Amino acid sequence: MAVLGKAERHALVDPIFDNNPIGVQVLGVCSALAVTTQVQTAFVMAIALTAVSALANVSVSFIRNSTPYSIRIIVQMTIIASLVILVDQILKAYLFTISQSLSVFVGLIITNCIVLGRAEGFAMQNKPLISFIDGLGNGAGYGVVLMSVAIIRELFGSGRLMGYQVLSLTKEGGWYQPNGMMLLAPAAFFIIGFLIWGLRTWKSQLVEAE
Amino acid sequence: MLEHYLNILVKAIFIENMALAFFLGMCPFLNSSKKVDTAVGLGTAVVFVLTLTVPLNAFVYKFLLAEGALAWIHPSFATLDLSFLSFLTFIGSIAAAVQLVEMTMDRYFPKLYVALGVFLPLITVNCAILGAALFMVQRDYTIAESAVYGLGCGIGWALAIIGLAAIREKMHYSNVPPGLRGLGITFITAGLMAIGFMSFSGIQL
Repeated sequence: MAVLGKAERHALVDPIFDNNPIGVQVLGVCSALAVTTQVQTAFVMAIALTAVSALANVSVSFIRNSTPYSIRIIVQMTIIASLVILVDQILKAYLFTISQSLSVFVGLIITNCIVLGRAEGFAMQNKPLISFIDGLGNGAGYGVVLMSVAIIRELFGSGRLMGYQVLSLTKEGGWYQPNGMMLLAPAAFFIIGFLIWGLRTWKSQLVEAE
Repeated sequence: MLEHYLNILVKAIFIENMALAFFLGMCPFLNSSKKVDTAVGLGTAVVFVLTLTVPLNAFVYKFLLAEGALAWIHPSFATLDLSFLSFLTFIGSIAAAVQLVEMTMDRYFPKLYVALGVFLPLITVNCAILGAALFMVQRDYTIAESAVYGLGCGIGWALAIIGLAAIREKMHYSNVPPGLRGLGITFITAGLMAIGFMSFSGIQL
């Protein structure tokens, strides 16, 4: 970690737990709920979002001093949308089935509040390198939540992990009766709710005032 | 024919509810649902913008972006497929439409404008708006169908956020465990609401 100064290290590590984009900042929740029925799609989504967030932060940071204040949002949106088009085309070319199951949610990275929130809130005030690291950190924080939710949902919902059968199902002569509820919409809300409960019990400074 | 449109409407409001079945527009759904008043304001604004932008984007897609859509300019353009540009175009037209709605309201309906306040510009980045446009492309709706679909999505989303806000107002008096306070319990409430909305599935007109 010798390359990274203290500020850079904070920018990378803080968003993972202490300032988690989903659990604390309440950003980017939509896709965290929607793409987590399978670990594989969640993983691809997390990578895609991290890439977009980091690259968007760098680009926004590079032109931050020459961007007029009044049109900064549209400039940021254009940068983000172009990056998302790139990611979407790459996914369609190399990971077509996953791109199909992510359906509209790749496009929705554009309006994912993490990306715009970090571009507006961090990259507009900071130098490119640290902005890049901040993007990576927030992508990782998002990825951690996404992967935890996806692991729970896929394991208990269909007894698989990454598509491999881990728990043997009763209908194939095994012992596990899959909980179909896990694959439906409400379970996603419950799991994130409980994850937040866990996170805030562990890091008690995050508890909201009554 | 009327039945077909009614079916799209009911499906968009209840069965495929934007907030509770597709998880779209979650950030304002969770952040601005503390009071019923704000929820009503935001809900109205979303209904308005969705009804306007989904058919607008359908129009843009059908006449500019889809494969062969440019044939109306010159037959030699018939092989062009600009659909990869749809993200950029949609977000642009949504931002422009929101800006126009804002200016028109400010000029002609100042009361409504003040009531909606900061929510209107924020709607540009509400993923329910872009999501509805992308679903419209995926399902190949005509312009009339997409207007009905936009209206339905808007009403469904507004219904969900107003319901959640009402529950949260009541919950103000309950003793929630410290770690769950605020965001955590909101997620669990939304989950219970999603179970409620699941009971609509299977309705067909």
